[in-house]
Amino acid sequence: MRQPLDKWLKSGTPWVWLNAGAVAISVIMVIGLLALIAVRGLGHFWPASIVEAQIQAPNGNTSLLIGEIVDTEEVSAAQLRSAGIELPESATFVDRHLVKIGNRDVYGSDFSWVLDRNIVERTYPENLIAIERREWGNFYGYLLAVKEAGVTVAEQNAGENRIWDEFQARIERALTIHEAIYQIEKHEIGSINYALERLRLKQRRLELEGKDTPENLAELDAERQSYQQEYHALEARLADLNKEFNRDSFVAQVQDGRTTEIYFSKVVRAYQPNAMGLGGKFAFYGAKLWEFLSDEPREANTEGGIFPAIFGTVMMVLLMSVMVTPFGVVAAVYLREYAKQGFITRVIRIAVNNLAGVPSIVYGVFGLGFFVYFLGGHMDDLFFPEALPAPTFGTPGLMWASLTLALLTVPVVIVATEEGLARIPRTVREGSLALGATKAETLWRVVLPMASPAMMTGVILAVARAAGEVAPLMLVGVVKLAPSLPLDGNYPFIHLDQKFMHLGFHIYDVGFQSPNVEAARPLVYATALLLVVIIALLNLSAIAIRNHLREKYKALES
Amino acid sequence: MMEAQAIERDQDPASTVNEASKGHAMDISSLNRGVSTRTLEQEDVCIDVRNMNLFYGDKQALFDVNMRIPKKRVTAFIGPSGCGKSTLLRSFNRMNDLVDGCRIEGEINIDNQNIFEKGMDITDLRRRVGMVFQKPNPFPKSIYENVAYGLRIQGINKKRLIDETVEWALRSAALWDEVKDRLHESALGMSGGQQQRLVIARTIAVKPEVLLLDEPASALDPISTLKIEELINDLKDDFTIVIVTHNMQQAARVSDYTAFMYMGNLIEFGNTDTLFTNPTEKKTEDYITGRYG
Repeated sequence: MRQPLDKWLKSGTPWVWLNAGAVAISVIMVIGLLALIAVRGLGHFWPASIVEAQIQAPNGNTSLLIGEIVDTEEVSAAQLRSAGIELPESATFVDRHLVKIGNRDVYGSDFSWVLDRNIVERTYPENLIAIERREWGNFYGYLLAVKEAGVTVAEQNAGENRIWDEFQARIERALTIHEAIYQIEKHEIGSINYALERLRLKQRRLELEGKDTPENLAELDAERQSYQQEYHALEARLADLNKEFNRDSFVAQVQDGRTTEIYFSKVVRAYQPNAMGLGGKFAFYGAKLWEFLSDEPREANTEGGIFPAIFGTVMMVLLMSVMVTPFGVVAAVYLREYAKQGFITRVIRIAVNNLAGVPSIVYGVFGLGFFVYFLGGHMDDLFFPEALPAPTFGTPGLMWASLTLALLTVPVVIVATEEGLARIPRTVREGSLALGATKAETLWRVVLPMASPAMMTGVILAVARAAGEVAPLMLVGVVKLAPSLPLDGNYPFIHLDQKFMHLGFHIYDVGFQSPNVEAARPLVYATALLLVVIIALLNLSAIAIRNHLREKYKALES
Repeated sequence: MMEAQAIERDQDPASTVNEASKGHAMDISSLNRGVSTRTLEQEDVCIDVRNMNLFYGDKQALFDVNMRIPKKRVTAFIGPSGCGKSTLLRSFNRMNDLVDGCRIEGEINIDNQNIFEKGMDITDLRRRVGMVFQKPNPFPKSIYENVAYGLRIQGINKKRLIDETVEWALRSAALWDEVKDRLHESALGMSGGQQQRLVIARTIAVKPEVLLLDEPASALDPISTLKIEELINDLKDDFTIVIVTHNMQQAARVSDYTAFMYMGNLIEFGNTDTLFTNPTEKKTEDYITGRYG
């Protein structure tokens, strides 16, 4: 018996199994993680059916519950008994459901737990409506009447569907007005405010420089007057629109028979999930998903989209790459090609490698202390004295965040580039030198292009690390809600001094800092999935570039 | 001597092309100018090595080498591995400068100018003394850009001029007909033999006076080797060629003069036919009869 076991061990089979097992576990874990966040995150946008449940409490009271069943879990009866819920002796485990009942304005909370055994009857009435609102979360219930300027123009009994079309038409109208208001507030008034601020700074600068002659000031005043006029015109238009916007309202009935009046101006969309066919549900799903990707967040980030965070993340990573690549490459070229190899270069290499192991929050603190307060503060003194005491660059912002992450990832680029340079065959360098090229020409024309795939590898690793980094960013530029994108139509278009939103921080904020954690949880999964997808996309595009370069500079057979 | 160099540089390369091709034609007509009728001492000297010692750190690799390499002839260096023939060859364009701890005593005069002199423009020296290595080392660029590389390094950007020079170089390297339809494809897609001829074309495109070939055919198959040897034969009318080879048949086939080196010493240098048929030194005879090496 010993002999075969010995033989089996020597044959290497156990090691093959061990290795294959390790690989399999890794793959399963990765796929499992992705599947979990995909299912939890993407499921959120599906229009769930609204249940109308007849509840009978053990004491005989009956009530009606309307909402979406979000989660079901099994709890031990003992646990419930200790919480004061009466249960028969025989029960050991009972199911309970988490139901999203919405209507936070009426009940004070969005969610309710209900025991499965207390549900007497479930129905899914087709005419139940769900309404997404700009505040107070979702509404679930029955539509009763539509009012125009306080006068009822259409009404129906609870459970009927006669006035649905009228209702939808008025939502459309409100949404159109909302879009117009948004345009004016965000873009037109926004750019006027921006221009006025620039005028203020210009005047302050003139004062500081002692050039505030009456002519100059009059000129500024005239300009300001014209902006003010424009602003007043817009304001008047805005007031009209707002009046129109708040004209219509509707009356609806919630689960316990109470009625509530809601203005159309608060409605984002209304739908009847129980009446939707599969096609309708898919269309709704697509619309919700698109809103998630392309819209701005609402209600303390728990509703709406996350476009500013996507934009901020991608822009920050791109800026970081633009900063880190030349810096890392230049450093690597000096270290590998020009520096005399010896004790000092060895120390530098060790330092660079250890830099990669420093906890990222340390970089955040460094970035805040050095970049933001020191560099930024001095930049403000030198270039933006007119805005003081309000800081321009002396406050966390996009540029400092990118720079901090560039510092964090520069070791990766240096190491990868050095590896690449070391792999260029000596014969190719000699070939160039033998043609009368200097070392610098050889580097520039032959060696660096051939090493470019290795540089791209460094950039890929840097991007992978930077895009997932959150801790340092919280210190140097990321905020919960940024009023505007760092790239817009106002001169100078890229605002490196602005704070921005970031997906990683968004996950933290929505998941752990949100007032409505239950409602926000699916968004955490969806955002996490999106972050993974974006990092993967950034990486894939870098890999595509690298493969293209590899193909172009296919290494000579060594 | 500096003036000669300056003139060389200032010459309009286009006219050089024409001159070179004219010279080529002329030389073909006077091919019967037999080498055998002249001895080594009667030839014009191109590279004059005087009392040269070379050290790698503490180890001496070349011992008091003296030799006069004739102009526009093919000179072969033979000898066993490690005898210093490549080291000597790489000294002619100062490629040994790249080796850490390499130290040279003595002189190498090319066109009466000591290349180890202070203030020597190494890049210009390397342009005048081109080198082809053992393994084909085309750059990862197109065929055209490979040949144009040396010109671009010199700051020549006129497209017409580069076009002409590239064609001339490729024709001279007997490669034009094979690649004229794919000039802008990557040079790395060519066969080994084609790559080596491309490297030769790249080297002669900058119009060097001397062509150093460091075992140019050792990584190639017999047919490619034959093509390289034919090419050497064609090129010797325009360039001084120095070739290092392991292959004694090859030395006998392509060279006019042969130098035998052994353990860092130049043992014998003379007319190829004489050296192979009637060597004066015992060591040479032992080597060419296969007693060692």
